[in-house]
Amino acid sequence: MYRIVKKEVMSPVIKLMEVEAPAVAAKARAGQFIILRLDEEGERIPLTIADFNRSRGTITTIFQEVGYTTQRLGALEAGDGLADFVGPLGQPSEIENYGRVICVGGGVGVAPVYPIARALKEAGNEVISIIGARTKELLIWEDKMRAVSDELLVATDDGSYGHHGFVTDLLKQVLEEKGNVARVWGIGPVVMMRAVAETTRPFGVPTIVSMNPIMVDGTGMCGACRVSVGGETKFACVDGPEFDGHQVDWQLALRRMNMYKDEEQRILAAHEGGDCKCH
Amino acid sequence: MPLNPKKTPMPSQDPKERIHNFNEVARGYTREMALAEAERCLQCKKSPCRQGCPVEVDIPAFIARLKEQDFDGAINKIKEKNNLPAICGRVCPQESQCEKYCTLAKKHEPVGIGRLERYLADYQLAKGEPSGMEKAPASGFKVAVIGSGPAGLTAAADLARMGHQVTVLEALHVPGGVLMYGIPEFRLPKKIVQQEIDTIRRLGVEIRTNAVVGKLTTVDELLENGYDAVFIGTGAGLPHFMGIPGENLLGVYSANEFLTRTNLMKAYLFPRYATPIKVGRRVAVIGAGNVAMDAARTALRLGAEESYIVYRRSAAEMPARKEEIEHAEEEGVQFHLLTSPVKFYGDDRGVVTGMTCQRFELGEPDASGRRRPVPIPGSEYEMPIDTVVIAIGQGPNPLVLQTTPGLELTRKGTIAADEATGATSRKGVFAGGDIVTGAATVILAMGAGKAAARAIDKYLREK
Repeated sequence: MYRIVKKEVMSPVIKLMEVEAPAVAAKARAGQFIILRLDEEGERIPLTIADFNRSRGTITTIFQEVGYTTQRLGALEAGDGLADFVGPLGQPSEIENYGRVICVGGGVGVAPVYPIARALKEAGNEVISIIGARTKELLIWEDKMRAVSDELLVATDDGSYGHHGFVTDLLKQVLEEKGNVARVWGIGPVVMMRAVAETTRPFGVPTIVSMNPIMVDGTGMCGACRVSVGGETKFACVDGPEFDGHQVDWQLALRRMNMYKDEEQRILAAHEGGDCKCH
Repeated sequence: MPLNPKKTPMPSQDPKERIHNFNEVARGYTREMALAEAERCLQCKKSPCRQGCPVEVDIPAFIARLKEQDFDGAINKIKEKNNLPAICGRVCPQESQCEKYCTLAKKHEPVGIGRLERYLADYQLAKGEPSGMEKAPASGFKVAVIGSGPAGLTAAADLARMGHQVTVLEALHVPGGVLMYGIPEFRLPKKIVQQEIDTIRRLGVEIRTNAVVGKLTTVDELLENGYDAVFIGTGAGLPHFMGIPGENLLGVYSANEFLTRTNLMKAYLFPRYATPIKVGRRVAVIGAGNVAMDAARTALRLGAEESYIVYRRSAAEMPARKEEIEHAEEEGVQFHLLTSPVKFYGDDRGVVTGMTCQRFELGEPDASGRRRPVPIPGSEYEMPIDTVVIAIGQGPNPLVLQTTPGLELTRKGTIAADEATGATSRKGVFAGGDIVTGAATVILAMGAGKAAARAIDKYLREK
């Protein structure tokens, strides 16, 4: 059992959980992910690491309740346990002193951007961060992002806070005004990452995105997480999760994400109202 | 009593029924059947059967005890050498090992050695009593075993019996490796696997799940942190794809993913178990090895109306065990031979709907000694399908290899290890099983685990 030591409800559908996993925390680096399983009947789901605390021996993840497993996960409380918690998986972000970098986070994607921005800042970069959400109450970790950034810009789709529009509007502005940007990280929903990549493409700025496809084992064993990058098939779990955003086949990524939509409806219906109808 | 020229038949589920469930196909001998089959053993002096066993079981001795109805004595005889008899009795290719050398096999069917082994192992598991496995006094040495498949479990059990303190590190959430994620429930019930593993735990072996070596820790860290030797048995866990267009369409699975979802994650019990799997009306499995047969038979049980084996060579070259091919045929799996896909195509949502196949003919023998399949120009045709499972083999998983500097690899990317001892280019690091040989069988991996355990014991005591 891996104990949940802290839970934070960041919005009705966005939850933070800090989980006791000292061995994972000892090795975790920015850009990596974990896989967890709730219980004996549970599926294995990957979640990107939002933070790690080596002295407390904990890993923090932030997730949005999008389906059966994340809803059940979101219903757990501090003190509850998870059956399995594996990591740190995937390749860490390549952190160097690049000069001026931009970190873009959308929705819950702000969470995994945070340790990357922090590491880039510690490595001596000038970090400009751009975070956004659909609306103000879905915006997370503004303070934490501000603390590790030289400059922080905020956008909401509905204009309830910060710039009225998308993070890519701000990204374009910064690229036009500042120039000399060495690298961009963009993490969030697939459509947002695609938009980030399309925004930076004309500027020729190398752009890293973090893919979060469906996975099973997370160790390169099954190939469920195939992504096509520059025409080559890669496994996000071991080759990634970070890839060159200009080379990713986004249509394929979107399709593979949605592969089990029907099954998702079936399992939600079967377990509706907490009453499992399938036993 | 005249000698029965045929093996006592194995009772099994009717094919029409069994394709609708995941229960074990072969039900196992009754006591009467086991005793009748044991009577067929001639107890010949030379006992050639023994040379066919990679883990050196004293076959005539265990059968002699069985004949005398000393069931405990018989199973304990097996367990002197084999830590996983309930598994071996089910999945060993006996026809190319012990039973191949049986004296009876010259004129008749050999003694059903595997079936007897299974009977005895199940007898002991059903009794629920710990086996009489002996343990040497504690040596004070610590050994880490990476991977809990057949090679790792065998090495761990033997090392524990030699008196060493053993920790097994397993990447997945349950131990067993391919025995849990690969081989289907209907061939090897997972409860049996876990019972056998529990027996190994009782020897004092500690099994740590969710421990991905190469990420959570490394071979060098294990050696620095108190382990005196390391055994790598990480298997052949990297699926091969064909590298043809359309392979990333929805509905195209690697055999590893297809079987892992079904066996390890129990997708056949969805939605009670939360892991889904998609199986269409027509399923094409590419390849004709044991894994391919497992996938084709699994597809039927998951509701496919038609399940095809698509293989570019002919029936004679199929690498699967004869018994597996027969079971697949009985269940209605259709064999499309001398043909192979060159392209998959799909609909506007990116879901696979068919494949373009090309016909082959057999040419001169190739490096493997089998006749080389040669494509016939202009023979392309379309085969409508809803699901594809690629079962053309697996390579070594690189996670441990990439993080172990100085570990010499072969050209195939497997670990270069001494065949007799499992010794690698790194001092104190041994390896065995599919990570050394490339994808092979459970029992060969167990044989390698056994040999390595012996070598590790020698290494530790001479250290």
